[in-house]
Amino acid sequence: MPLFWLILIVLAIAAVGYVLGRSRAMSSAGGELSALHSLPSYYGTNVAMKVVVPAFLLLIVWLLAQPFYVNSVISGMIPETSIEEGSSRGLVIAEVRRAARGLDNAVASGAMTEEFASNARADIADVSARLKDAGQIVTTQITQPILLAAQRYRVLNSTGNWIMSVVVILVALFGAFWALRETNAEFRARNVVEKGVKAILIAAASIAILTTIGIVLSLVFNTWEFFRLYPASDFFFGLTWSPSFSGRGSSSQLGILPLLWGTFYISIVALVVAVPIGLFAAVYLSEYASPKVRAVAKPLLEVLAGIPTIVYGLFALLTVGPLLLSVFGNEGLGIMQAGTAVMTAGLVMGIMLIPFVSSLSDDIINAVPQAMRDGSYGLGATKSETVRQVILPAALPGIVGAILLAASRAIGETMIVVLGAGAAARLSLNPFEAMTTVTAKIVSQLTGDADFASPVALVAFALGMTLFVITLGLNIVALYIVRKYREQYD
Amino acid sequence: MTDATLPPETSAQPAKASRQPKSLYALDDLTRKRNAAEKRFQAYGIAAIAIGLFFLVVLAYAIISQGIPAFSRTVVEVEFTLTQEQYDAAEGTLFKTKAYEEIFINALSGQLTESGIETPVEPDAIERIVGKPGGTIRAFFRENEDQLGQAVRFDLAASSRVDGYMSGRITRDSMTDSRFLMSSDLDVVDNLVEAGVIKTVFNWPFITGADAGVDNAAAAGIGASVIGSFFMMLVVLFLSLPIGVAASIYLEEFAPQNRFTDLIEVNISNLAAVPSIVFGILGLAVFIQFMHLPQSAPLVGGLVLTLMTLPTIIISTRASLKAVPPSIRDAALGVGASKMQATFHHVLPLAMPGILTGTIIGLAQALGETAPLLLIGMVGFVARGYPDGFIAGFTEPNSAMPAQIYTWAARSDLAFTEKAWGGIIVLLIFLLSMNIIAIILRRRFERRW
Repeated sequence: MPLFWLILIVLAIAAVGYVLGRSRAMSSAGGELSALHSLPSYYGTNVAMKVVVPAFLLLIVWLLAQPFYVNSVISGMIPETSIEEGSSRGLVIAEVRRAARGLDNAVASGAMTEEFASNARADIADVSARLKDAGQIVTTQITQPILLAAQRYRVLNSTGNWIMSVVVILVALFGAFWALRETNAEFRARNVVEKGVKAILIAAASIAILTTIGIVLSLVFNTWEFFRLYPASDFFFGLTWSPSFSGRGSSSQLGILPLLWGTFYISIVALVVAVPIGLFAAVYLSEYASPKVRAVAKPLLEVLAGIPTIVYGLFALLTVGPLLLSVFGNEGLGIMQAGTAVMTAGLVMGIMLIPFVSSLSDDIINAVPQAMRDGSYGLGATKSETVRQVILPAALPGIVGAILLAASRAIGETMIVVLGAGAAARLSLNPFEAMTTVTAKIVSQLTGDADFASPVALVAFALGMTLFVITLGLNIVALYIVRKYREQYD
Repeated sequence: MTDATLPPETSAQPAKASRQPKSLYALDDLTRKRNAAEKRFQAYGIAAIAIGLFFLVVLAYAIISQGIPAFSRTVVEVEFTLTQEQYDAAEGTLFKTKAYEEIFINALSGQLTESGIETPVEPDAIERIVGKPGGTIRAFFRENEDQLGQAVRFDLAASSRVDGYMSGRITRDSMTDSRFLMSSDLDVVDNLVEAGVIKTVFNWPFITGADAGVDNAAAAGIGASVIGSFFMMLVVLFLSLPIGVAASIYLEEFAPQNRFTDLIEVNISNLAAVPSIVFGILGLAVFIQFMHLPQSAPLVGGLVLTLMTLPTIIISTRASLKAVPPSIRDAALGVGASKMQATFHHVLPLAMPGILTGTIIGLAQALGETAPLLLIGMVGFVARGYPDGFIAGFTEPNSAMPAQIYTWAARSDLAFTEKAWGGIIVLLIFLLSMNIIAIILRRRFERRW
């Protein structure tokens, strides 16, 4: 793996630079420590920093840029005529990439010689046959332009990697020489190093912003692409969801309303389970429970929050679903058809949200000043009257915020609904019917061999965008309420 | 409660009548009602906690009762000798594994008559019970030709139906005769169990093995996906710990009060609440669609989970940095340290236990996360083996524990369901030990000022 070695080489240069910088500083001060501006290790760190940071930055930029350059060259090599009806340039390029990888693997495993793989006049049928023999997956017959492009792709990539290695090592060496040249007893090494470290800290903190930008861009671009293929009004106001994977999605009906309805219905069931239980548990734990009970019950409840959602999903699918079916199914009340239903997913999601509601409300109830309780007791109120008439009204904004946060959790929850809610998108009021949600459909549209050019795959990004906007809105409102409420009693 | 409402005959002494007859110890109606309300309210609270804990117990029971069978497996223990002639003859035929099967069935029948079981055993029944032993036997003797002519003991995996019968998943009442299992086979199985030929042993292949195809539930194991998860966690640890600590140090110690800092803070608190599936979309669009990193690779999974856990780690790291009292910083600055030196030499080491605790909890959260992995292709991939080397561990397609569990849960065969519950037990053991380590770290090293 050349990339791995390249990183090791740069790090080795940095290590050597550290030692050299340190000793150069010491010798320029004549071995007299007090004559140096900074501690000797700072001179070494200065050299190492100037080796590593520019070299790695260049490496990252190069790794990002090279595929673009190669793609544009390859794309220019493919004539319009070789793009089949119903296919697209992107698909052909993917085919080229696959063929190139197949050639690479075949050469690596010894099924082909390097000369054979790069022979432009090679017989196509022979190449295909040999690739298949070498166990490489070749989806369709390789055509002449694809083979040529694949060979060019390999050449471009390997030369690109060579140039990159050389340039990166040169930059590292140049950094080392530059830093060593400026090293002398008067050089303010500590200040320079600290400035560099601070820049690194700021860069690390900015990753949060970059992540948000990445999320927004990846959603916006693909959503835009989707709305060019499928009208936005049909998406937002359509009442049927029936994607058809054949015929390039022209016959698909992709209305979001059934999915939104399923999402909200399941979330409401979950909140109906979680909010009363969580709230009463929080009140009991903060107002009534002895410290001993609290020390046992609170962590135990919070265990529910630490369990991965896949476990809840399996619990819904295999335990709760059959249980509900035996009560409400054909042998019982006869209103439930299958184990996967709104009720199943909602109930299990409610269990998952109990600790979420209870620990948030617990914090908020504890933040209500003791003086308010004492005042109420002094007037002769009982504990429950104090809770109902003083503490809960005072904590209400915070509790509403906590419920909103729980709602946003419920809307964004994926595994429970994928496994427990069923796959049919329908608008129905019966909680024992299977419905599906936005998250479950994102998963089902994007797993497997997604072809990013068809509306049935791209719709997932529009769904993701909707989900992101809804949860973001809920979070902002909730955080605003919680923060404002906290300030009130601080 | 005024006097006017009282009937006149009861008040012999009209002025004091309403207050006097009651002692202070007897409660009046209103107080009784209020006390009852108080009791009821308290009962609601206890009931709420009891319901929560009840769900926890039910969940634990469901996991343990349905997952434990995955850890045992049924083997058929047979000892037999393959002579050189038999070996040569079998290798010479067209259907080699079939030839081995015949030899094996003959040997087994011999062993049965030896141990005094008179039930006639037909070859078809053996095949239904043991599955297809020919391949295993052939592979063994091809590897160890020197063992030819000696008695070799084989532990051959029983077919998944027989395994189900032994673990109670399939009963005589619930089964129907099919080409996979006949009810007459169960009599044979019972006899074999008595003779000690079929026995239940601890299922090591489940812990160490790799996933198998949809038709071979008995051979599926979680080992390969544990390795996949391990490589993913390496990526998460080595990216999110340094980046998270650096970001927190900046925000807590150096950041000026300005728009940029506010922007970062708002972003972090929002990212902490973004649904995990959105991070999956990000990973799909940026790492796979845009950067063309390999699909299903632990590297990509690790990158996505890093972005997802960063807010958690930053929030807990900031809390532990904040807990270091300002006097430490002041003392360091007072003896001439720069701000950077005070932070890195004094504040950071003191905050380290808290940071590590937060990191381990963040890692545990990342380990159990499934939804983003579905989108970067970890589910479609069947992890049939271990990665070839350290670097291949990051870049070669692999599965991860939660993704593997999901894959099993989505398969229709009930035998895979059992595997899924077993996988959950393995996953929870990992999570539990990580959390225990975090608690021990906190107990042992956390200082209170």
